[in-house]
Amino acid sequence: MTATTNRQAPGPLVTPPAKPNLLYRPEFRQAVYQVLLVVCLIFAFWTIANNVADNLARQNIASGFGFWNRTSGFDISQSLIEYSNQSTYGRAFWAGLLNTLLVAALGIVFATIIGFLVGIGRLSTNWLISRICGAYVEILRNLPLLLQLFFWYFAVLKNLPGPRQSISLPGGLSLNVRGLYLPAPIAGPGFDYVLAALGLGIVLSIAVAIWARARQRATGERFPVLWTTLALVLLLPGAVYIALGQPLSFQYPVLRGFNFQGGVAVQPELIALVVGLSTYTASFIAEIVRAGIAGVPRGQREAANALGLSSGLTMRLVILPQALRIIIPPLTSQYLNLTKNSSLAVAIGYPDFVSVFTGTVLNQTGQAVEVILLTMLVFLTISLITSAFMNWFNKHIALVER
Amino acid sequence: MADTSRQQTRRAHGAAGAIVLSGVHKWYGEFHVLRDINLTVKDGEKIVICGPSGSGKSTLIRCINRLEEHQQGQIIVDGTELTSDLRNIDRIRAEVGMVFQSFNLFPHLTILDNLCLAPVWVKKRSRAEAEKTARMYLERVKIPEQALKYPGQLSGGQQQRVAIARALCMNPNIMLFDEPTSALDPEMIKEVLDVMIELANSGMTMMCVTHEMAFARSVADRVIFMDRGEIVEMAPPEEFFANPKSDRTKHFLSQILNH
Repeated sequence: MTATTNRQAPGPLVTPPAKPNLLYRPEFRQAVYQVLLVVCLIFAFWTIANNVADNLARQNIASGFGFWNRTSGFDISQSLIEYSNQSTYGRAFWAGLLNTLLVAALGIVFATIIGFLVGIGRLSTNWLISRICGAYVEILRNLPLLLQLFFWYFAVLKNLPGPRQSISLPGGLSLNVRGLYLPAPIAGPGFDYVLAALGLGIVLSIAVAIWARARQRATGERFPVLWTTLALVLLLPGAVYIALGQPLSFQYPVLRGFNFQGGVAVQPELIALVVGLSTYTASFIAEIVRAGIAGVPRGQREAANALGLSSGLTMRLVILPQALRIIIPPLTSQYLNLTKNSSLAVAIGYPDFVSVFTGTVLNQTGQAVEVILLTMLVFLTISLITSAFMNWFNKHIALVER
Repeated sequence: MADTSRQQTRRAHGAAGAIVLSGVHKWYGEFHVLRDINLTVKDGEKIVICGPSGSGKSTLIRCINRLEEHQQGQIIVDGTELTSDLRNIDRIRAEVGMVFQSFNLFPHLTILDNLCLAPVWVKKRSRAEAEKTARMYLERVKIPEQALKYPGQLSGGQQQRVAIARALCMNPNIMLFDEPTSALDPEMIKEVLDVMIELANSGMTMMCVTHEMAFARSVADRVIFMDRGEIVEMAPPEEFFANPKSDRTKHFLSQILNH
């Protein structure tokens, strides 16, 4: 204690932290920058809004959604809901939106299937398969999408023979320049029982799958779940169907005059758009899948092989589950790209949301601000829902690290 | 029927030993990694392989469960010859356990699932039975409390012990170790070596690539020194360390023992 007192220096050893000038405090600087940014943003938006309001007033355009319930007066060539030129603009909005969702959903399903097959195929040790898959990726992803849509629409589908020379496909399908014609199913009396049998088959298959899983845990025996499922889902309703005297008839499309009548017609625009979008996006998905699989360390495959797991089981139980966590985030971007790219439909005349609502409705009503804002809102909603789902899925399969 | 004939072949080769390599050569393109390897490992024997890096020691043991393919010569493991016949490869892999330098546990599965995966899918055991075996081996490698954790939550030493337990769950006759302690911190090396010593004392046939010379001294029946793809020297540990015959071995030993 005394030593300390003796050694006490006249002044303090460390200069006490003097209050620094306000300008040199990081918190103060950050606050200033943020306030400045907010002021600039408010000013920019205010200017734009003011400008828009002025211009609209000058041209005597009433803003608001008053047009929503007015009669549209135009036709939509293909709609999932009841629609005619007597319907309202609001109904046109929904018809277009459903068409876009249809294309996006079909496109995502096909793109995922093709993409995974091509991506895994590119890693195959089979020379031919890997080269074919490689060529697929290099051609499809390096050509502009719009060009590919033109190719499918104008070069392939529009060059098909006319209705009289239709190409007959198995199962009563016919393909011609006006589209793909499928037989329309017509349910006869007692068909409900067949549907009930199908439902029962599905329920039983799920029960079998659960039971087989439990049995594998309990005894190690594997059960041919795939085959029983196929039998239950196909044979059970099939047997009921035959027992009831085949209560389902098909209305086949028949050539009358210059075109087919009856059946279900799928327009060439929809086919071209779905084929174009899914094959194009699949080439990107294939690369993502390949990168995901290649991103799993080599040691994982070696360890699985050393334990005696076959290459198929290794892929399914060890490699793919780990590859998925690398695949999912960029896969989400591809799904979003596909959905947004579906707006290229306008180039080949498919009545998607942009073509119907942002195109025709905007032109007819002149309500540019409302229509564009609503279009943005719709795409934002679709995209955010998609990515929210994918993020949830990604979290679900994420690895636990300490 | 198949079983008896298999046992007969095993007996025929069984006298010769658990692993027989004769005249084995391997090339990576132009590079001659294994040159005329002749080696017979008897049932229950422990072999330690050492040598400078790039000498082909890892390649040699990786040939024994066909993670690498040899191009010339014959490898017979437990009475089955390794050829390109897929059934033989599967049979041998199910009987030969392997432990890697980088553990290679499956990070997306819990410790217990790591241990049960191959017994359930390859040996078709029931999950309950596989779990019982798994817990028994976790007990044996002294980490039963980690069963429900994921590999990322364990230390390196614990992960390597899990990897040993995972290989043991397949009930192998032969265990291969590829530098099992090289990726570990010094204080974790001992816990892994203890498990390996206990395993050696239980009578398992073991081939181990390692630079742990204390382990070689206490456990090995024979020590092999490899250099440039050849077996340069092969002797019981006392002799190997006391008076190595080849200059290359002397040089190698002086480098790893005097530091």
